[in-house]
Amino acid sequence: MRRAGGRSRPGGFCSSLGPVSFSYPILPQGHLLGIEGLEAPQIQALLDLAESYALLNRQGKTQRDLLKGRTLINLFFEDSTRTRTSFELAGKRLGADVINMSVATSSVNKGETLLDTAATLNAMNTDILVVRHAQSGAPALLAQKVQAAVINAGDGTHEHPTQALLDALTIRRRKGDLRNLVVAICGDIAHSRVARSNIHCLNAMGAEVRLIAPPTLLPAEIGRLGVRIFQDMRRGLAGADVVMMLRLQRERMAGGLVPSAREFFRFYGLDREKLSYAKPDAIVMHPGPMNRGIEIDSAIADDPARSVIGEQVEMGVALRMAVLDVLARGLRRNA
Amino acid sequence: MRPLLIENARLLDPASGLDAPGALLIEEGRIASLSGAPAGEAERFDAGGACLAPGLIDLRAALGEPGHEHRETIASAAAAAAAGGITTLCALPDSEPPIDDPALVQFLARKGEATGSLTILPYAAATKGLKGAEITEYGLLREAGAIAFTDGSRAIASARCMRLALSYARAFGTFIVQHPEEPTLAAGGVATEGELATRMGLPGIPLAAEAIMVARDIALARLTGGHVHFSRLSTAAALELVRRAKAEGLAVTADTAPPYFDLNETAIGEYRTYAKLSPPLRPEEERRAVLAALADGTIDCVVSDHRPCDADDKRLPFVQAEPGGAGLATLLAVTLAQVHNGSLPLLHALALLTCRPAALLGLDAGRLAPGLPADLVLFDLERAWQVKAGQLPGKAQNSPFDGRALEGRVIATFKRGRRVFPP
Repeated sequence: MRRAGGRSRPGGFCSSLGPVSFSYPILPQGHLLGIEGLEAPQIQALLDLAESYALLNRQGKTQRDLLKGRTLINLFFEDSTRTRTSFELAGKRLGADVINMSVATSSVNKGETLLDTAATLNAMNTDILVVRHAQSGAPALLAQKVQAAVINAGDGTHEHPTQALLDALTIRRRKGDLRNLVVAICGDIAHSRVARSNIHCLNAMGAEVRLIAPPTLLPAEIGRLGVRIFQDMRRGLAGADVVMMLRLQRERMAGGLVPSAREFFRFYGLDREKLSYAKPDAIVMHPGPMNRGIEIDSAIADDPARSVIGEQVEMGVALRMAVLDVLARGLRRNA
Repeated sequence: MRPLLIENARLLDPASGLDAPGALLIEEGRIASLSGAPAGEAERFDAGGACLAPGLIDLRAALGEPGHEHRETIASAAAAAAAGGITTLCALPDSEPPIDDPALVQFLARKGEATGSLTILPYAAATKGLKGAEITEYGLLREAGAIAFTDGSRAIASARCMRLALSYARAFGTFIVQHPEEPTLAAGGVATEGELATRMGLPGIPLAAEAIMVARDIALARLTGGHVHFSRLSTAAALELVRRAKAEGLAVTADTAPPYFDLNETAIGEYRTYAKLSPPLRPEEERRAVLAALADGTIDCVVSDHRPCDADDKRLPFVQAEPGGAGLATLLAVTLAQVHNGSLPLLHALALLTCRPAALLGLDAGRLAPGLPADLVLFDLERAWQVKAGQLPGKAQNSPFDGRALEGRVIATFKRGRRVFPP
């Protein structure tokens, strides 16, 4: 037990409930809309469960009875091959019927569609709804209107909770414990839901969170979320255990938030020289897709000694299986 | 029409400071006396000890008509206004089409007359098509009945255009109402920039966007000698600028709306789109600054800032939802909340809703004085009620105060001596 009453009991492989049993609802709201508001024991329990799924996945075993007869819909209002595929695989490995709905063209990407869609999904008796949307709060709005359990797969610049959880899982596997680790998040914090979810998650788990970005890419009052802010990347990386790079979208250059790609790479791109300021065993993470040569040098992204980017993807499936498992147990309707 | 004697009332006239039990006599739609009994026989109305005050004058309301009748018609707005004790209302010009032509001004005023319960004083657009480039025909529009000039919820962004508007308005004894928000800083923003917006992942508008526009326009008022009125001030910095401009003797006036002294930004938590307003709700310290400015006279009037939206406008992700709140039915009661909590004296609060907007507009109204039209509101200062979206009078139900418990309820509203609420 890391905290009193906190960690779920590893209960061996219970045939009907999946690999780990637990005696209380981990997500009592019945949805996963964000990390903000989750407590360390909840996160710990999800990571423990995901850990066991990671093991099963590596052994090539599946749990196809767990979500048998359940319908999982991937509702993506924004393109994302990576996250959608990860949820699809997670759902299928647990035996769910997975349907992908892409509504990713701007002409139909309207709010009216959102609630009309909610009505349709209710009529189809959807059990779990995975939502990605360009607007902050859209999954929360859907959660009010649908009977399904809703998983936020990224909303605007608000949150991307499963990404933060899979990042925490990846870090935990490499570093053992998140407590007191120094994690530096670098790049476009202002437009990053990944950064926000990671800040909440890492803080809840007791890590020290640093942000490294030019002021134009930092959101207002971000310091109040319990982070230390650095403008100088070398100082920010000094002594870091984990370096988390964020994607810089090219539109940000057009918007004048940074003057050019070459200037950004020079001061905020991760290369060997800057990485040398971090701890010698520091790991490098990226939520993908990467802009090589803008925020990260290929030599680092592809260095198996430092980069855990591939493992993040692997953990993504396991973590999402854990989330689906937890939410499926809370579903009222029997399959 | 027989004379009407409203007796057993607590007469409240903020202009004269009158706060005393008494009776008010109405003859031919006008206030005849505050003391004497009628010469002949009169109809009697027992006020039951409730407060009788001048009907409210709302300096700022958007109407759904013309252009958005699905949100609200003038008839439904008039019903909501009557239920809120409002007898005169200044209508914003940012409708479809925008009110930038004398015929449209006359149309709106006539529509108000037709309700029988509400005087509509139309603003005309300050610039053609509300585009912020060329000023409209202030002279002809004034002749048609335009009360003043504004581009509504759009700021007049060009300093040159604002300079011309303020200068030219002087020739016709009118003023320019500015939306106090620097548009390039505010572009895309839906909440006040800060910790809450950052946590919610919402694009923010910095507080400074208000002070920057107010500072610029105060300088232009000084340059031109024109009169600028800032509508819905909600930040401490901008209010301090107005305070100093008034001390300097410049023709600068200001209003605010109930959400900015009754709510703070936490009302948008969980993406509550009914609390999405323009300007956005502010942090608590700004709300306190608004209250201080109401108390010390920096703010001249409290306006409803009514803006009707229907469910389809609001049941959207926060960024996509329309800004604006229904405000007619709650204007008096939310303002009275500041009387009940001791922030404002009763007559001071009522002055912000009656004689002070009347003075600003140059209206012979907003007072309990013999000879004035008998536009009156009778309200129970203590009666408790709860705001419930869906059960408000009128069509627009998008109240940012949904669920708010209030004390102070309108019992009756009189327009030119005729009771128009309850209908």
